[in-house]
Amino acid sequence: MPRNSFDISISELKVQLLDYGARVKQVIGEGMDALKTRDRALAEAIIQNDAHLNETRYQLEDQCYTLLATQSPMAGDLREILSMLLIAIELERIADHAKNLAEITIHMGDEPLLKPLIDLPRMVEVSQHMLGRALEAFAQNDALEAKAVAAMDDEMDNLYKQIFRELMTYIVEDPRTVTRAMNLLFAAHNVERIGDCITNIAERVVYARTGRLEELNVQREV
Amino acid sequence: MTQNQIKVPEAPSIGAMLKTSIVGLQANNDQVNSFKVQVKNLNFYYGSFRALADISLGFPENQITAIIGPSGCGKSTLIRTLNRMSDLVPRARVEGQVLLDNENINTSDVDVVNIRRRVGMVFQRPNPFPKSIYDNVTYGPRLLGVRNKKVLDEIVEKSLRGAALWDEVKDKLHESGLALSGGQQQRLCIARMVAVEPEVVLMDEPCSALDPVATIKIEDLMRTLRNNYTIVIVTHNMQQAARVSDYTAMMMMRPDRAGEMIEFNQTRTIFTNPHDKCTEDYVTGRFG
Repeated sequence: MPRNSFDISISELKVQLLDYGARVKQVIGEGMDALKTRDRALAEAIIQNDAHLNETRYQLEDQCYTLLATQSPMAGDLREILSMLLIAIELERIADHAKNLAEITIHMGDEPLLKPLIDLPRMVEVSQHMLGRALEAFAQNDALEAKAVAAMDDEMDNLYKQIFRELMTYIVEDPRTVTRAMNLLFAAHNVERIGDCITNIAERVVYARTGRLEELNVQREV
Repeated sequence: MTQNQIKVPEAPSIGAMLKTSIVGLQANNDQVNSFKVQVKNLNFYYGSFRALADISLGFPENQITAIIGPSGCGKSTLIRTLNRMSDLVPRARVEGQVLLDNENINTSDVDVVNIRRRVGMVFQRPNPFPKSIYDNVTYGPRLLGVRNKKVLDEIVEKSLRGAALWDEVKDKLHESGLALSGGQQQRLCIARMVAVEPEVVLMDEPCSALDPVATIKIEDLMRTLRNNYTIVIVTHNMQQAARVSDYTAMMMMRPDRAGEMIEFNQTRTIFTNPHDKCTEDYVTGRFG
């Protein structure tokens, strides 16, 4: 026997959360575009828009609290609502990391990039792909797919290590490049954190589906 | 909201934290040490109708076990077999064992009155005797031969305190028990039961006739009583089972309408991650 209005509320919330996820996925790419093309107008727009994304997260959070308080969800329903709550928070954090790319763009001003960006856009591509698959896994309640997504974070970590080593070489060769190198390193670090947030989302998908709380991609030494 | 001041503790060292987490893991893996009451292959018949089918489960000592399940699945029938209240139903027949401290109570040589003293019961509607509060509480001890006024006075105070009712009635012990509110009457019934020092307390929907405030009082009382007694509660209120019990048994009706036990587990597991699909559907309100 379905609980009609409750089931509809959960489905609606799920649709809204997926929609939010799609917007966040887009903003990661926009952050990278702003940095790559040094588009300060775009960077400003991203920063402005972040307030809306924060607002949406509070709305989603509020809906989760209302369902918890009024519907007394249990078992699978309880896990799904708790997972949606935590996924909304992770998504907002991802948007903040994307906003940081925009802030770095503004901070760099007219200073030329230290080197052409190759690995960093690749990291962003991987993160967008990961997020898309994580959201799909959430939509389908697919724990196996969520685990596969989390495993992709290794690729992110490897790209980050590569960028780190390369920028260190620039700094060692010419210490005057340190500021420009640090800007890029900070950008790479933000994208690397996006991968971690997506892993957390995958963990929530596994919890909602199976009830098991497990760490999916244990951090290895950088 | 609690008024107690909460202090920020000093952060423990990483080493201490690691130790704690290992201890925590062991504590989570708590096994049931002993069963106060055990039911083995229990079948129960009302005439030719089979109401319980092959029920086997144990009720852990000094813990609260909730029995949940849809109407007609045999929850009340099961709880009534635990102190042979079911004997009182005409044409009822029981097969299988009910072990109290490893002794089968379903044998003809068992003293049923003594079993019902050791296994007390609280019913859905409060049922105090039409007597004074004092006489309600001393009814059982008097039947057992206690005559000394001083001893009876002590029993009354101890039992009413045990049922969290003393402060409300200490100045009107000789007024009628029926003059109390519903919640107070139910606690008087608990005091009456506590007075004969039972070992197991059976509660059949003890709060269904009470308002939320009285309900919370009974639930708080159950958490206290649990230190001294093994408690079994039948409830339709899922939130109550989740709030108050340590273990939960889920019962269902089979196609032939006989009740069966489909899942028994720690309450936190039943309400966050039940293993059985029927349990999941029931606790999430999708049937029943």
